[in-house]
Parts: sequence; structure tokens; C-alpha cells
Amino acid sequence: MATSTGPRLIAFVEKRGAIFLAALMALIAIVPVCHLALAPDSPFHISIGTVVLIGKYLCYAILAIALDLVWGYCGILSLGHGAFFALGGYAMGMYLMRQIGTRGVYGHPVLPDFMVFLNWKELPIPWWGFQSFPYAVAMAVLVPGAIAFVFGWLAFRSRVTGVYLSIITQAVTYALLLAFFRNDMGFGGNNGLTDFKDILGFSVQSPGTRIALFIISGLTLMASFLAARAMAASSFGKVLVAIRDGETRTRFLGYRVEHYKLVVFTFSAMMAGIAGALYVPQVGIINPSEFAPTNSIEAVIWVAVGGRGTLVGAAIGAIVVNYLKTIFTTGWLAAYWLFALGGLFVLVTLAMPRGILGAWEDAQGRFFKARPKPAATNRPGPAP
Amino acid sequence: MSSLTQSILYLDGVSVSFDGFKALRSLALTLEPGEMRAIIGPNGAGKTTMMDVITGKTRPDEGDVLFDHGKVDLTRFDEAAIAGLGIGRKFQKPTVFESHTVADNVLLALKGERGPFSALFGARNRIRRERVDEVLTRVRLLNERDRRAGDLSHGQKQWLEIAMLLAQDPKVLLVDEPVAGMTDAETEATAELLRDINRDHSVIVVEHDMAFVRALACRVTCLHEGAVLAEGSIDAVAGNERVIEVYLGR
Repeated sequence: MATSTGPRLIAFVEKRGAIFLAALMALIAIVPVCHLALAPDSPFHISIGTVVLIGKYLCYAILAIALDLVWGYCGILSLGHGAFFALGGYAMGMYLMRQIGTRGVYGHPVLPDFMVFLNWKELPIPWWGFQSFPYAVAMAVLVPGAIAFVFGWLAFRSRVTGVYLSIITQAVTYALLLAFFRNDMGFGGNNGLTDFKDILGFSVQSPGTRIALFIISGLTLMASFLAARAMAASSFGKVLVAIRDGETRTRFLGYRVEHYKLVVFTFSAMMAGIAGALYVPQVGIINPSEFAPTNSIEAVIWVAVGGRGTLVGAAIGAIVVNYLKTIFTTGWLAAYWLFALGGLFVLVTLAMPRGILGAWEDAQGRFFKARPKPAATNRPGPAP
Repeated sequence: MSSLTQSILYLDGVSVSFDGFKALRSLALTLEPGEMRAIIGPNGAGKTTMMDVITGKTRPDEGDVLFDHGKVDLTRFDEAAIAGLGIGRKFQKPTVFESHTVADNVLLALKGERGPFSALFGARNRIRRERVDEVLTRVRLLNERDRRAGDLSHGQKQWLEIAMLLAQDPKVLLVDEPVAGMTDAETEATAELLRDINRDHSVIVVEHDMAFVRALACRVTCLHEGAVLAEGSIDAVAGNERVIEVYLGR
């Protein structure tokens, strides 16, 4: 594609990307209308709870796209991407905490309740500046980015790959989990940050704010997809796939594999941070459990279920799996969620190695037999 | 050191051992600019290790590995840097990027900026189609340009890999067993292709196929147990008593 001289400004989105973006557009337009314009007893009315729920799925979809960029395209199986999501979430949570001001239980103008409770006298340095929204947003991007950069610089330079890298990423998120559990760390210990009041002067509880957050999540998902897709379609993306399929060979072609991995890993972590920052005001809480290794593993399952190395598939996977999770974790089915998740993963691996999207496209291909098969897809091989 | 050699590639006293096994024992080899050299030798003679040393994959325990008229000490660089200096390598097992198209494989190999930011925003995205097609024409793969590389036949993959070497436009090409698994006609075409490439590149070919080596019509070096056993024309080397002994295992 990069060699063609024709108009390729939008061509990189591809057909499935265009459908995905159109569907998101429709979702962003229809959901608020169904909530606001329809009477609560209408069968098409969408409750505010559902709006928040879908907004949450959209945040997960951003995380899935970020993960697919490193795993699906570059073959780096990160089992710690949830950590970047959580760090972005904490940055936003800290902003929201500082907005509470004197409305807290102890009414302290600067210190959040948990600090007053711990008898702290001054605001710890990491909390400085978080009364500013732009600063908090910048930190939600820069802190995950910086941690990913340092981690990646050390790991990729030492050529740590495959399972070893996955285990280390898992250890990193676990270490952060333990660290954030400690009260001394200054981030609210195991209770985390919650009881938020307002964001940019708007109440986080009000339906208007919730709908705005929902729309922003949708738009951010669209932007994330476009950025990731542009990256994948460029020569950079071709090198990523080359690294995934033959790292040594890529090196002998003169590419500094570690630099490419570092760029994509850092970018992906920043994207995960944004997802986390959007997630927290919608769910109203952030605590150390977001660092739990299982969260990161679940994100990998979303990507595998949706279709690795497709971006669109990753987002679909995140939405589908989390929808199933919502069904399974409410009511009498709750006890069976982990079995369902495990079963789903096994089923997809065996029956649909290219995920939901791959299976769908194969089925379409069979249906329209006359259409020639696409010349090449970035079809990933077996998981590393 | 630089006054020592006018060779494009100069190896002297190179030794490598893995856990006590001596893969190379004080190996000496020189390649003149524009020369083609065939390396033969039984399994375990050190042919692949020699290539690993030249391309920076393996660091020698001792010895000199000099490039470009003795100006560059290759032992101080890693794989990517050495590839950047102008040494290209084709592996024994054809290793093309299977999920990319034939054209994209060549595109990735084409000479030019290799940095991630160039690939994201820069010159890497403005490479002209003709440059790719030029290379594909030379290895007779133009008709396959939009096929997935993984769908090519074994022989075509070998050629694609040679095309990728050509696209890199290195000063020295290291070609490991290019005709393994090829038909006679393909072998012949490959020999012709390599002779053609040799017109403007220095080439080292590692190969077992004697008919192929003969078709290359170049100087031959026979390695045995990590050192040079014999060197000269194909007839001289093939007639050398010690070479015969090593190959027949007496």
C-alpha cells in the first residue's frame, strides 16, 4: 500500500475499519438519544446505568487496541498491560480526589480524606499539581509511557523475548499491585480513590456528565483506532510484522529491533493510560485491584477472542467478552464466569484461531466464492 | 592494521568455541573486492559459525575480522550495525517474512533509513514502486509481486531472499546454501543469478552441491574442523587428497 501513488489518505482504514468507525459513530449518536429522548417505559429506552456500562466497554476496547498493537503486530505478549491502564486511572483519580476539596468527610481543603485519616500534615509530592485537569491528563499519558519506556529499554535491549518477557510484564503489574496496596505509598491503600464529586466543575453523578463521558470514550476509541491503524499501515507496521515473524532476520536486514519494540510498547502503554483515565470517572473508583494480573490476562483473552492483529477484532473482542461477563456475573450465573471465560478461550483457540473477526471474514469468503482471496493479510502465526 | 590488507573482508586467527567445542580454530580467509568465493566443507566444518562471526551474531574469542580494506573492525558491531555497513546475509533455511507480500519483503529490505521514525513518518513510506519492481525483475519474481511470501514455492522463496539481499545493495553478500532443495533447472538459474550479482558485488557462497559450485566458476575454499583445509580452483580442491579424505571420512 505504501508504494501506491494514488490517494491513500483514507485507504489505510480498510473496509472493516470503515465499518467499525461507522458503527461507533452510530452508537455515539443513538445511545444518548435513546436515553434522553425516549420515555423510561419505552422498550428502546436506555437507562443511564447501561450508558455507563457501554462507556466502560469502550474504554476496554481502547485497551484492547493498544494491546493488539504490541501483541498482534509485534508479537510482544504483554501480560501487564492492565498496569498501564490502572496508572492512567490513578492519575485521573488523583485529579478527582483533589476536586473534592472541603466536601470530604473531614472537610480538609487540600488533603484527601484518607490522608487526614492517616494523620498526614502535608500533601505528598506525587500529588502536587493534580488539582489541574490538563496536568492530570498529561500524567495519565506520561507516567505509563515513562514506565513502559524504562521497562522496554531494559528488556528489549537485553533481548528478553517470548515467555520470559510475558512473565516479567506479569511480575511488574503484580509488583505495582502490592505497592499500591500499601498505605505508605500514598495512593489510598487497598481502598483506592473514590467518592468523587465533580470533573471540570460538572458532577460526575449527573446523567449529562455521564453521557458526555460516554461520547468522549467513543470518540477516543475512534481516534485510537485511527492512530493504531495508521501506524500498522505505514512501513513501521510492516517492520513490526517482520519482527513478529522473524526477529533475527529483521535484525540482519539492518533494523534495530529493540528501537521499534520500544516505540510501539511505549505508544501502546500511553494509549492504555488514556483508556484508564476515561474509565475511572465513569465507574467512580480506582483501587489496587486494577493492577491484578488477571485483569491483564483477561485483556489478552479479549484480543485473542476478537482476532489478533486486526485492531477491529481486538475492540470487538473486548466488547463481546465484557458483555458476556456482565451477563455471567449477575444473578445465578455468577459462579460460572471463570469457567465460561476459560471455555471461551479454549473454544476460540481451537475453533477460531483467527478470532471472531477472522471466522466472520472466512465465512464471508466462503459465501462469496467468486471473490478472489485477498493477496495478503497480516495473519499472525501461532501465539508465541 | 589498515595497511595490512586491501581485502573487502579479512579474517585472521579467528577462533570460536562453544562450551569447549572449538567451532573455529585460527581461521584465516580473505575476500578481494569484486571476488566470488565458494566455501565447502563437511557438516560441522564451521561454515555457518564463520558467517555468524562476520555478521555479528557470534563474537570471536580471538582474531581479526576486518571489513572494507581493513578500515572496520567488525567484532565491535552488532547485527543491525553490520548490516548497515554493507554486509548482507541469506540464511540456509529460506527466511522470508511469510505474512507479507513479495513486494513488501523487498520493500523492507531496500537500502535506506532504518529508524522507527523514518518508518512511521518519513522516507520509508515514499519508496517508489519501480525500485521494488526493478529488483523483482532481476530475480524473475515480478509476476508474484502481490502474492503472500508464505505461499511461494521453496525455490521462489530462495530467490525472494536473494532479491532482498539485492535490495539491501550490500558490498558483500553472504549466501548460505542457496540451492538446497532446488530442482536442476532452478539450480542452474540460481548460479546464473549469482554470477550476475557478482558483477557489482563481492559474494561468498556456502554450498554442498558440487555441480553448482562448478557452475559458479570461482575460487573455492574447503573448511574442515574450523580451519582452512585447501583453497584454489574447484578442480584443484576437488582433487586434493586431504579433501577427499575428509569428505569420505577415511
